[in-house]
Amino acid sequence: MTGSLNLVGFGLAVIGPALAIGMIFAAYINGVARQPESRSVLQPIAFLGFALAEALALFGLVLAFVL
Amino acid sequence: MLSLVRSGAEGDGFAPPSTKDFVLPPIFGDNEYTTKPIALVFLSIILISIFFIASSRKASVVPSKLQFAGESVYGFVRNDLSRDVIGPEFMRFVPYLFTLFTFVLTNNIFAIVPMLQFPAMSRVGFPYALAILTLITFHAVGIRKHGPYKYFKNILFMPGIPKAAYILITPIEIVTFFVSRPLTLSLRLFANMFAGHLLLLVFVLGGEYMLNDSHLIMKLFSPFAFSFAIVLTFFEFLVQCLQAYIITLLSALYIAGALADEH
Repeated sequence: MTGSLNLVGFGLAVIGPALAIGMIFAAYINGVARQPESRSVLQPIAFLGFALAEALALFGLVLAFVL
Repeated sequence: MLSLVRSGAEGDGFAPPSTKDFVLPPIFGDNEYTTKPIALVFLSIILISIFFIASSRKASVVPSKLQFAGESVYGFVRNDLSRDVIGPEFMRFVPYLFTLFTFVLTNNIFAIVPMLQFPAMSRVGFPYALAILTLITFHAVGIRKHGPYKYFKNILFMPGIPKAAYILITPIEIVTFFVSRPLTLSLRLFANMFAGHLLLLVFVLGGEYMLNDSHLIMKLFSPFAFSFAIVLTFFEFLVQCLQAYIITLLSALYIAGALADEH
């Protein structure tokens, strides 16, 4: 790929995961705010969701370098 | 700022780190196999073995600090990652999940240890191998438990859906179980380690470039680059532990999914 088109593509691609991570942690904060005892139950689920969403953003970053 | 960079005393200007910085030369000999990532992988295996053998010899009811540390790691993988996820048959899989967790964690942490400073998992072959192991494991577990015909019928043609939906769902399930799961498992680990190492390289090499530059203002601002590199090192530690946890958790979830009976 010539020029910096891959960076533009990466910038567009990372909007989705950024929104997703925000929503995941918003749900986690809401859940813990309503019921503080549920923190240890919700925390692994929050981190799992975060890692899955961040994986997509990082695929974009790696492809921006490799291509 | 760009003109300052170009007119610096370094000659060609700053060369940002790229994928070439991940190809390391062989340590001895002229082949591709005696390179630093492979040496780091062997070192990680030796260190893990020494640590856990030392922590479990002369095991006493009141644990010493080393025994407590070793037991905490093993207990974390056995309880939170295996028993709570897989259910009653979890003990069979604890060796594999424990090995996976400690191997990935140790190799990740080597990225921020001062003299080593290279994550072996940023060379994509290592995550691919681990993901292929997980793929073979969870399919073999399912086939051994349910028999091959019944297992593939269960996962590819899920019961409880109207038959017409199979035209849409089964190709998606085929791609998920045979392509997407191992691919995302490996690329998630690879991309996190690659991006983290690249970030550290940018700030450290950039800080060094700024420090060696002839303009005073570049020298004055180089501590910002180095201090951000230190902040990123701590962030990288968090990401490394998280990635080791995630790959083990997802492997356990896939195994649990293969063992599950039809609803």
